[in-house]
Amino acid sequence: MTGLLRRAGQFAVIVALFASVAAFANWPVYRQIPEGAGIITLTFVHGAGRRTECRRLSAEEIAKLPPNMRRVEECPRGRRPLYVELDINGRGVFQASLPPTGIAGDGPSRVYERFVLPAGEYDVSVRMRDTPRTEGFDHARSGRITLAPDQMFVIDFRSESGEFVFR
Amino acid sequence: MIAFVRIVLRHGFEVIERAFDRLFGPALNPVAQLGALGFFFFWIVAVSGIYLFIFFDTGIERAYESIEYLTINHWYHAGVMRSLHRYASDLMVVMVVVHLSREFAYDHYRGTRWFSWFTGLPIIWLLYTSGITGYWLVWDKLGQYVAIVTSELLDWLPIFGEPIARNFISTGTLTSRFFTLMVFMHVAVPLFLLFIMWVHILRISRPKVNPPRALALLSLLALVAVSLWKPALSQGRVDLAKAPAEVGLDWFYLPLYPLSDLWGKGAVWAFLGAFSLMIALMPWLPPLRRARPAEINLDHCNGCARCMEDCPYEAIRMVPRSDRLPFPTQAQVNASLCVACGICMGACPSSTPFRRSEDLKTGIDLPDYSLQVLRDQVVAAAARLKGPARVLVLACRHGGGARHAGGVAALPCVAMVPPSLIDFVLSKSLADGVVVAGCAENACYNRLGAAWTEQRFAGQRDPYLRARVPRERIKTIWVSALERRRFAEELAAFTAAVAKLPPARLRSPLPPSTGRKRVGNSSQSVAEKTVS
Repeated sequence: MTGLLRRAGQFAVIVALFASVAAFANWPVYRQIPEGAGIITLTFVHGAGRRTECRRLSAEEIAKLPPNMRRVEECPRGRRPLYVELDINGRGVFQASLPPTGIAGDGPSRVYERFVLPAGEYDVSVRMRDTPRTEGFDHARSGRITLAPDQMFVIDFRSESGEFVFR
Repeated sequence: MIAFVRIVLRHGFEVIERAFDRLFGPALNPVAQLGALGFFFFWIVAVSGIYLFIFFDTGIERAYESIEYLTINHWYHAGVMRSLHRYASDLMVVMVVVHLSREFAYDHYRGTRWFSWFTGLPIIWLLYTSGITGYWLVWDKLGQYVAIVTSELLDWLPIFGEPIARNFISTGTLTSRFFTLMVFMHVAVPLFLLFIMWVHILRISRPKVNPPRALALLSLLALVAVSLWKPALSQGRVDLAKAPAEVGLDWFYLPLYPLSDLWGKGAVWAFLGAFSLMIALMPWLPPLRRARPAEINLDHCNGCARCMEDCPYEAIRMVPRSDRLPFPTQAQVNASLCVACGICMGACPSSTPFRRSEDLKTGIDLPDYSLQVLRDQVVAAAARLKGPARVLVLACRHGGGARHAGGVAALPCVAMVPPSLIDFVLSKSLADGVVVAGCAENACYNRLGAAWTEQRFAGQRDPYLRARVPRERIKTIWVSALERRRFAEELAAFTAAVAKLPPARLRSPLPPSTGRKRVGNSSQSVAEKTVS
C-alpha cells in the first residue's frame, strides 16, 4: 500500500512538472504589434545596371585573347547600388543606398523593411534610382492607402515592368 | 566568478535532488537521469513524428487541413500523438537546459569531460532547428509568425541573395516546393541530431541512454495524461495578407523571437554567437588542474581487464603484451582521457595492502596517490582513532564525509579503495569499523564509483570483499557535500552500533608477522605496532 501511494506521489509530481511545461508551450500569448496596428512592408529585389559601361576591345586586344575566349566587349561584373526613399504622410521614413549582393557585388540589391503603424489612412510615396543619374528618380509611385488592423501592406517592385506595386 | 556561480548552482541542485531523492529514491530520481530522459523523449518525438507523418499532407494548401483533421477527427490517437510530439519536444529542451546547468554546477565539463560538453553545443542548435521547423509545418498563425521571424533572422545574415521573408509577404508567393524543403529539414535535422547525440556519449563508459523502466513508464503515462488534459492545438489558418499579431508562443523553443523585435536581429545573432562561444570555451575557463594519469606496472599486471571494465572514462584498453610474461594482454592508459580517479586501482586484484614488500606496488597505480600512500594514510588516520568504537572513514573528496574531523582518509573516489583494504583495516585491528562515504547516490562525481563500491562489497563485482569481513562493521554512506549533518548522524549511529559488537575475531590470512616489515612511511611506529 505504501509502495502504491509512493508511486502515486511520484506520478503526481511528474504530471505536475509536465503540465507546467505544457502550459508554457503556448502561454503567455505574445503580441507582436500593438492592438489596432498594421504593418507596411517595403520589400523588393532588383538589380541596377553595371557599375561602369562595357568597353569595346580593340582588334589587338581581341587578338591577344585565347581563341576560345575572344569577345568584342569587356564588361565589369559589379552592379551599381540602388537608392530608395519611402515617405509616409510626407515624412521620410526610409532612405538607403542598397548595395548589390554577392561576393563580387554582381547580385541584385534587396530590401526588406517593416513599418508598424496604427490602422488608418496614409499617403505613401516611394522612389527609386537604379541608373547612374545623381538627381531625380527612375521609378516612383505615390498613393493614399488604408491600413487595416493587423494588415500586412506590401510595397513591392516589379523589375519586368519597372513599376512599384501596392498590395 | 565562474566558480561562485557554480557553487551557488550546485547548492541549488543539491537541495532539489535530495528532495527528489526522498520521494523517488536515488535509483528513480529524475534529476539524476536527465541525459537518459533526454534520449527517452527523443524516441517519443521520433515515434510520434513518424505516426503523424502518415496523416500529414506536405502540400502548402493541405498541410493545415490535414493537421486539423488528425487533431479533431482522430483526437484519440493521432491528436494524442501530436500532443506527445509537441510536449516531448519541449521536455527535451527542459532536459537539455537542466542537464547542461547540472553538469556545469558539478564541474563535469572540464578536463577530459570537455568532449561531451563541447559536443552538447551542436545538440542545442540542432534541437532548436528541429523544433522551429516543426512549428513551421503546422502552418497556422504561429507557423506563419515563426516562418516570418526565422526568415528575417536568416535574411540579416549576408548569405542569401533574395530575402527569404519575401516568400511570406502575400498569398501566392509561397510554393509547395518550399514547404517540401521544410518537411525534409524537419526529418533530416533530427536524424543528424541523433547522430550528434551518439557522438556526445562516445567517450562515456556505460552511458545512461535509457531511464529506469519505472521512471520511463511514469513519464510516458504522465505525458499521455497531460496530452489528454491540454491537447496541442493549431492557432488558426494562415492569412499572409494579415500579420500574426497575437500568438501563443512556445517559450521553450521561441524565447528569442520576441527579443528580435525588442533588440533587433543583429543583437539576437550577437547573443547567440556569444552564448555559443562561451559554451564552447568554458571547459578551458580556467582549465582543470589534472593529476598525473594512472600508470601500469607490467610486473604486477596479468591483463585481467578489470581496470578497463571499471574505468568510467574509457581511458583504459587492453593491448597485446609487450613483455615476456605469459599473458595475452596488458592494460594501457590513454593519458588524455584519464582523470586519476583511482577507480582502476581499486579494481586491480594486485592492489592488496597485505603485501609485505618494502615498496608496495600494484598493477595500475596513481603517481600522485599510489596504493602505498593510500595504505600509509589509512594507517595514519586509524592511529588517530580513540574511544570504545574506533570507526575509520574512507571518504570521497566530493562528498559530505570528506570534512569530518578525525579518522578520515579523503580520496578522489571511494571506488579507489580496493576491498582488500577494508579487510586489512579490520583484520589488523586498525579500526573497529569502517565507513565508506561517497557522493550522494546517483550523483557520483566519477559517475560509477558508488555503484562499483556497493557491488564489490556485495560480492557482485570483482574484486570482491572477502566473505570473512564482518559486514556489520562496514557501512556505506552516500551523502552530498551539503549533507554533513546527515553524515554525522549516520556515522554516530554506526559508531554506537559498532560499540555494542563483541570484539572482532578476524583471522589474518597471513602467517604471524615477525614485525620486521613496516607498512607505511608516515607513521612508522603505529604501523609497526598494528601490522604485527
